[in-house]
Amino acid sequence: MSEPLSIVIVEEDRDRALLIIDSLRAAGDFDVHVISGRSGLAREIAARRPDLVLVDIASPSRDVIEELTLASSPLERPVAMFVDESDGALTRSAIEAGVSAYVVDGLRPERIKPVLDAAIARFQMFHRMRAELEATKRALEERKVIDRAKGLLMKARGIGEDEAYALLRKTAMSQGRKIADVAEALVTAAGLLS
Amino acid sequence: MTVPLALGYIRLVDAAPVVIARELGFAEEEGLALDLRAAPSWSTLRDLLALEQIDAAHMLGPVPVAMALGLGGLTTPLSVLSVLSVNGNVVGVSDALAERLRAVGGADFGDAAGTGAALVAAAERPLRIGVPFPFSMHAELLYYWLNAVGLPAPQGISVRTVPPPLMAEAIAGGEIDAFCVGEPWGSVAVEQGVGELILPGSAIWAFAPEKVLAVRTAWAETEDALAGRLLRAVWRAGRWLGDPAHLTIAAEILARAEYLDLAPDIVDRALTGRLILSPRGESREVPAFVAFHAGAATFPWRSQAAWIGAQLASRAGLERTESMAKASAVFRPDLYRRHLRDTGAELPGASSKVEGSLNRPTPAASESGRLFLPADVFFDRRIFDPDERE
Repeated sequence: MSEPLSIVIVEEDRDRALLIIDSLRAAGDFDVHVISGRSGLAREIAARRPDLVLVDIASPSRDVIEELTLASSPLERPVAMFVDESDGALTRSAIEAGVSAYVVDGLRPERIKPVLDAAIARFQMFHRMRAELEATKRALEERKVIDRAKGLLMKARGIGEDEAYALLRKTAMSQGRKIADVAEALVTAAGLLS
Repeated sequence: MTVPLALGYIRLVDAAPVVIARELGFAEEEGLALDLRAAPSWSTLRDLLALEQIDAAHMLGPVPVAMALGLGGLTTPLSVLSVLSVNGNVVGVSDALAERLRAVGGADFGDAAGTGAALVAAAERPLRIGVPFPFSMHAELLYYWLNAVGLPAPQGISVRTVPPPLMAEAIAGGEIDAFCVGEPWGSVAVEQGVGELILPGSAIWAFAPEKVLAVRTAWAETEDALAGRLLRAVWRAGRWLGDPAHLTIAAEILARAEYLDLAPDIVDRALTGRLILSPRGESREVPAFVAFHAGAATFPWRSQAAWIGAQLASRAGLERTESMAKASAVFRPDLYRRHLRDTGAELPGASSKVEGSLNRPTPAASESGRLFLPADVFFDRRIFDPDERE
């Protein structure tokens, strides 16, 4: 039986890091370590000598890890970006999910796959959560701007709330635009005129 | 009928040609709906391109060359349709190192030999220098310059990667003594009062290819017409940027929240070459600090790629002649000529030149007969002949 794979996760957010660890633990017996700092990242990774490094592709710190792919790096064993070119589909789904992995050259693909599968599933979830959060935020902001536009119309034209909303909707429909966009334009224009 | 085209870029002043191609309608004129996607890092941008998530990228010149040499991660063949910008980097130092440089007499901004000598005298230990990416002109120019003045890597200097948005933080926190970075990040460090600019990149090599327009080689082959439309749109944007009268509006567009999200006057410094060097406010005018058009600036000379290939090969311990040949093939003057033939672009007669031999603008053979190549000397007056065997 070979030693458990040693994995370094580069993640600033502690909660996210814990979730990734949980997913990996469920996938197998791994020696997992989290690095959350930005400074001395390359040095810290090199000192740990991991078999595999996982990092969010949205992190600007990813470029720091690229140094480890150079032969002259402090890490004696050369590191390659996952995945072996033979498994393009896995690489692509990793990138789509938003995770990149660096592995020590020569590590057998069957040892990496379960780790990557687990990480990909976890990152897909992060991705969905982020998209949902953004959609909620956007909806909230739109509601706010529509409320302000309604208020402006009610005051300027002496109409009720329902009527103001109907007017916004009618204008949006006739111009082929979203109600929020019409409301935004009205609020901006009112700001300029006041 | 417009065709969508996804183009990745990094939030930098020299992304101007792709931003302007979209914002001023040059892409639309070519029937392209340019979908600009800001990438968080160079490695991610490279992966998005290699793994077909985007069609084209605003890329560091050495990245596609390094990939062709098998260095650093993915090795999907990429082609450089065009250079996007020439020069544009700046070397800066921490306040502490700036102090020591003054104590040893300092040197003029723009004097690479003098500044190098002052660094040798001022360095108390191997200098730690930040660059944005291991495969970048920033790194290449630094290695070339400091090696020539007697600070070779790794004995004299330790070059490390620092993401540009974190450069000011790294220098303020004492993690690095100096940096070589693209704008606006040098000016941002000055603005935050944590660093001083000591040398423009153009003082090391007067005509250094900086960012390039990179696509997958397979895509260039199957999407030949689309590649032509993209190239023309971006070339016209570069020509527009070549007119100094347009730079104020260019700075305003780039400064918007969706692009650099900065004060327009900081962006303006790099575009006009009027740099502010230190928190004390000294300023200096650098001609051709960054260039997008004049002197066939965007022509992808095979000799530029060969120079990059030769530098990378020497550090990575690869065979020089073979590496230079592989590198040269990445830059595509053939596609540039074919797609820009009827646009009025200056098309040089040659695809390769001796780099570093011109110390003043010099007429060169071209289809129009009106081409002047700008000065392209290296600070140490060495020349690079891509055909010379060592």
